[in-house]
Amino acid sequence: MSARDTVLGKIRRSLRVTAEEPGRNATVDARLKRAPKGVIPARGQLDSAGKVGLFTAQAEKAAATVTRVADITAIPLAVAEYLRAHNLPAALRMGEDALLNGLPWQKTQIEVSHGASEGRDAVGLSHATAGVAETGTLMLTSGVDNPTTLNFLPATHIVVVEAGAIAGDFETVWANLRKRYGKGVMPRTVNMISGPSRSGDIEQKLQLGAHGPRDLHVIIVG
Amino acid sequence: MVAITSPAFKANAKAALADPQLQKALNHVRAGFIAKRAAAVDALPEFDALRDSARDIKNHTLANLDLYLEAYEEKVTETGGHVHYAETAGEARDLILSICQKAGARTVTKGKSMVAEEIELNEHLEAAGIEAVETDLGEYIIQLRHEPPSHIIAPAVHLTQGQIEADFRRVHTHLDPKRDLSEARELLAEARGILRQRFLEADVGITGANFLIAETGTSVIVTNEGNGDLTQILPRVHIVLASIEKVVPTLEDVSQILRVLARSATGQEMSTYTTFSTGPRRRDDPDGPDEYHVVILDNGRSDMLGSQFQDMLRCIRCAACMNHCPVYQEVGGHAYGWVYPGPMGAVLTPQLIGIDKAGNLPNASTFCGRCEAVCPMRIPLPNMMRHWREREFERHLQPVTYRTGLGVWAFLARRPRLYQFAMGIAMRVLGNLGHRRGRFRALPLAGGWTKYRDLPAPAGKTFQEQWKEKQRALAGRET
Repeated sequence: MSARDTVLGKIRRSLRVTAEEPGRNATVDARLKRAPKGVIPARGQLDSAGKVGLFTAQAEKAAATVTRVADITAIPLAVAEYLRAHNLPAALRMGEDALLNGLPWQKTQIEVSHGASEGRDAVGLSHATAGVAETGTLMLTSGVDNPTTLNFLPATHIVVVEAGAIAGDFETVWANLRKRYGKGVMPRTVNMISGPSRSGDIEQKLQLGAHGPRDLHVIIVG
Repeated sequence: MVAITSPAFKANAKAALADPQLQKALNHVRAGFIAKRAAAVDALPEFDALRDSARDIKNHTLANLDLYLEAYEEKVTETGGHVHYAETAGEARDLILSICQKAGARTVTKGKSMVAEEIELNEHLEAAGIEAVETDLGEYIIQLRHEPPSHIIAPAVHLTQGQIEADFRRVHTHLDPKRDLSEARELLAEARGILRQRFLEADVGITGANFLIAETGTSVIVTNEGNGDLTQILPRVHIVLASIEKVVPTLEDVSQILRVLARSATGQEMSTYTTFSTGPRRRDDPDGPDEYHVVILDNGRSDMLGSQFQDMLRCIRCAACMNHCPVYQEVGGHAYGWVYPGPMGAVLTPQLIGIDKAGNLPNASTFCGRCEAVCPMRIPLPNMMRHWREREFERHLQPVTYRTGLGVWAFLARRPRLYQFAMGIAMRVLGNLGHRRGRFRALPLAGGWTKYRDLPAPAGKTFQEQWKEKQRALAGRET
């Protein structure tokens, strides 16, 4: 008997069930199919301006910095200003994201390179799939457009998120992902990011900048 | 090899109480975690409703655990990943070693995983010539010291900054003695520098999982440092090690539990990183692992299903119970003598290593009930400790004096008249003896009490005698 059969068999013996009860199977199938929502905190259920405001406040509480620009063409300048203000070299790495790729980077001095990070980049730039106002959380999905390594290896991570993509709660983002990828299908990696990396492992003193970025800067567009 | 010292809990606790460094370090538990959790809970009016919701989700999942595991497995396989089952710790170790060997691994990086501690994975890999590098700062520190974790989310919470600095200077021999390491941020920067290289070199990355999602075949890790993510996206092979009860049905269900997890653990609204991984890298992906394996471990948990300990399988390892435990706060995690300390450890450890070895742990409780009051999954921890005490008694595991005392008390308690008679005599004797001072400095059979404080002398009459007198006096007045 395989370990799989042994373990599943032990579980069934302890629960005093077989795999054959139609009622149990139907309940499980229904839950997987319908994915009922539970309790949704009221705090995120706001109009779009309210959601952007709450997202900003919550992200800042998690030690991210947030700026807002009117439209996408303003992104390169906002990035350049951030780099200058933080004494960072005018260079960044990003994926093949259509929105970011289409921007007029040539109007700035920034040297843009493309692809996954191998740990030599000071600054990574990503385009978030969504934001969640409830907790100031960014949702990033992996792929050639936004490689996951850019979220973790550079010491500074700049993330662009459109105001319209900021949802009140996690459940809204899952519903949108299902529409985009299909039911039961996920991108290889989904990163929920709330602030820059940190550790409290030494005497519970909070230190920002553990193994991931020291600084997380969010640019809200629109 | 993590030696099991749970049978020596009392001696461990005594040593812990007398250890000034440990007591200094434990102040951070007493001061930090409790206030942060309280603030986060107060800021979310729906917190208690979310606890109910989280409890119900886990109860439903556990009642159908076999079916959800099958559904999960099917999804992982669909996305190109591999699911392996292990009935015992030994099987899990061998499975992981064989995946590492097939990958030709020389070094593996590890995210923090309590299940890996439970199965003593590092020792097993090292014995086969594979270097296992812990990458969570706290785990890295205790690996330098060859110690087990003393807390399930803050493994080095028993150490002071001075001790950590000394360890870094001892092991990181490249360090200039003049370099200032007196600040926590300097120590973190040093560890970050060393570990960054290890992340990039590793052949295999091993993480635990906070959740496995049946709907999508996804494993979820929740971290603050980002080490777990570097562990799972950089190496060619990612191995997830998770126990059977980690599965939950859907993304919505995970979201319910996530809302109580970080708040209960560190008092954050969300941990910095919550990462959902599904299968190996896709065709066009520029990063991510080529191979994705999940090892699902039973190790005695299936026996808890359908028993009075089933509720323990709802545990999400937030550590709120130990942070709020007056016993843990005084003695720290190592005194418990194995991997899981505090109230959750007092319930889980007897199941995993045997009540014969872990019998002291469910007794290391004042039954104050704070653990249950703060548990985000509403696990009735004190009740389950009581169940273990009963089993321990049934199996004759306590010392003879203890059993004899309980036996005498039980004999009397079942005979109310004899009980009242005997107590009447005892109270009169004690009342007379203690009449002058009103308290006892020492008393035979009560040394454990009188060593630390005086025992107040009884009034000379039992409560029942006094009650009767009062009732009689009242009745006399009314007529």
